[in-house]
Amino acid sequence: MKFLIIEDDIEAARYLKNALNESGHTVDMAHNGIDGYALADHGGYDALIVDRMMPKRDGLSVIAELRENGDRTPVLILSALGEVDDRVTGLRAGGDDYLTKPYAFTELLARLEALVRRGGAPDGQAQYQVGDLTLDRLSRDVKRGGETILLQPREFRLLEYLMRHGGQVVTRTMLLENVWDYHFDPQTNVIDVHISRLRGKIERGFDKPLLHTIRGAGYVMRD
Amino acid sequence: MFQQFSLMMKTTAARLSALYFVLFILCAVFLVFYMTNLATSFLRNQTQQALAAEIDDLNRVFNRGGLRGLVRIIDGRSRRPDAFVYLVVDQENRTLAGNVAKLDQRVLANVGWQQRPFRYTRIGEINDRLEDDSSPRAIGQVFQFTNGLKILVGRDLGEPERFQHIIRRSLGIALGVMAIGGFLIWFFVGRHALLRIDRVSAASARIVGGDLSERLPVTAANDEFDRLSASLNGMLGRIETLNSGLRDVSDSIAHDLKTPLTRLRNRAEAALRTGKTKEEYRQALNDMIEESDHLLRIFNAMLLISRVEAGYSKHVPDVVTLSEIVLDLAELYAPVLEDSGGAISSQIEDDLAIMGNRELIGQALTNLIDNAIKYGNKSGPKISLIGRRTKDEKFIELIVRDNGVGIPIEQRDRVLERFVRLDESRSEAGSGLGLSLVAAIMKLHKGTITLDEANPGLEVVLSFPAK
Repeated sequence: MKFLIIEDDIEAARYLKNALNESGHTVDMAHNGIDGYALADHGGYDALIVDRMMPKRDGLSVIAELRENGDRTPVLILSALGEVDDRVTGLRAGGDDYLTKPYAFTELLARLEALVRRGGAPDGQAQYQVGDLTLDRLSRDVKRGGETILLQPREFRLLEYLMRHGGQVVTRTMLLENVWDYHFDPQTNVIDVHISRLRGKIERGFDKPLLHTIRGAGYVMRD
Repeated sequence: MFQQFSLMMKTTAARLSALYFVLFILCAVFLVFYMTNLATSFLRNQTQQALAAEIDDLNRVFNRGGLRGLVRIIDGRSRRPDAFVYLVVDQENRTLAGNVAKLDQRVLANVGWQQRPFRYTRIGEINDRLEDDSSPRAIGQVFQFTNGLKILVGRDLGEPERFQHIIRRSLGIALGVMAIGGFLIWFFVGRHALLRIDRVSAASARIVGGDLSERLPVTAANDEFDRLSASLNGMLGRIETLNSGLRDVSDSIAHDLKTPLTRLRNRAEAALRTGKTKEEYRQALNDMIEESDHLLRIFNAMLLISRVEAGYSKHVPDVVTLSEIVLDLAELYAPVLEDSGGAISSQIEDDLAIMGNRELIGQALTNLIDNAIKYGNKSGPKISLIGRRTKDEKFIELIVRDNGVGIPIEQRDRVLERFVRLDESRSEAGSGLGLSLVAAIMKLHKGTITLDEANPGLEVVLSFPAK
């Protein structure tokens, strides 16, 4: 995938570029809002990574102008600010996701991949499938190998999110944000416990694990 | 002295009183002139009326007894010691009768009403020098009869003039006394103000010098100076609290961040010293990332607290349904508690809503639940979440209750401070910031946090003002 990093901290941008390159992505860089807008406007990126506070032109105005011109490229906002309201302003300006510095690279990569997938694959898909596990969003049926699995509503939403991003790493904060709609950082391993319960329901009695833990990052649904 | 005076002139109080003083003098001077003129003209009127009555009377005498009778009456009246002036002269201006010793000859030449007061001297008075300013003045009328006889009837002005003089002098004295008094009052008021300002400046200088416990002097007068000093003292108190808070925090940061940083460094060192296989290095690096994450969490919590405490300037309150948050969190935490043999229950009235920030309130409750899990009953943690209106409907309370050991009553205030952890051994991971953040969030929502005994356990009551 091809990303554009618009970030005034050159060292941080270079670190991010190297890390993304190692993960097999192509990356362009711009170090201020004006250059960034010019590159982004040219198009051809799968997603933009935009810092909020930059010299010459701040990130939010770049995003707002791109959106005004009908550019729908997914944008991940990076910010040293990190309060709930900043997040809301960022998303309202046209950002698709928001990450506070300092961040773990795994978190950023997981979010980027989720964003790009969201940009490409339709959200309205009626059925998700990972291996022999299927989830029907309309009838709310979950089946594995033809056997129906009964889930609580929250477990269903959790599984739905994991399967929508099948093959991608999703982090604990992403789950808390998207399944529970809270944006804070619980000290205890609440998410892990929910995952292990879900895992119990979809894997007990089956040989092949589908829900994998990625150490230091999160979880992935994969065949 | 002069320096102090010029300093004094720079005070507002002194300037104002000087202005009042000048205005007062002007008014008083106007009053004196107005009063004396009024009194003088009144007296002169009276004099003229008395004179007119006398002339009328003499006229009647003349009509009845002719010139001879008139002269006799005048001669008689001249001997009375009153203010009337009489003079009867013949054609050669020889005095025939009257009480005038000397008179300006122009008066007699000018028959009729005398346009201006004239000077004269009375018979029998020691001073007979007419030109002297001290000789009395009179007003009057000169009549001439067909046989050349001239009669002057007049009235002395000495009395009204003396009266005018007395009024003018007494008003002048009064004015002088008032002026001196006013000046003295002004001087002392100004000096007093200056002295108090000096005391305030001296106290301020000590405060600027670094003694934040110093306060501005407040007297019992409760005047504007005291009110100003009192509000400045309030401000100083706030600054002192903030300052000591800052110092405490810096101390705590030094201590609480040094520990994980040292640990981080030790791990890196240990890995370099003993690491042999790739797997060992990988493990060390993973540990270090975990340690850094812990540090980042502390920083984020600190940042969030200071932002919330600074009033969360950009925060726009929204309707927050507390019932929903409580149910969400009970559901989120249920599996964790069940796994450790405990339970979380929620009991909340429907539609409890306040104006606020959903994320922050969620964060506050999460911190309390995390604490209840960490420091509650290890063998079977039971957590109750309760949401209710107080009986008077003024507050909405969210209660998090556990069945752990609780917090001793004397420690309850302290645990709300930053970096305070009662668990000296630091056996549980944590930053010591959880409750401080809750307290800051409650302050932002104009609510309170209270720690109570739940017998056994701790009960934390978050009280929000109801809409």
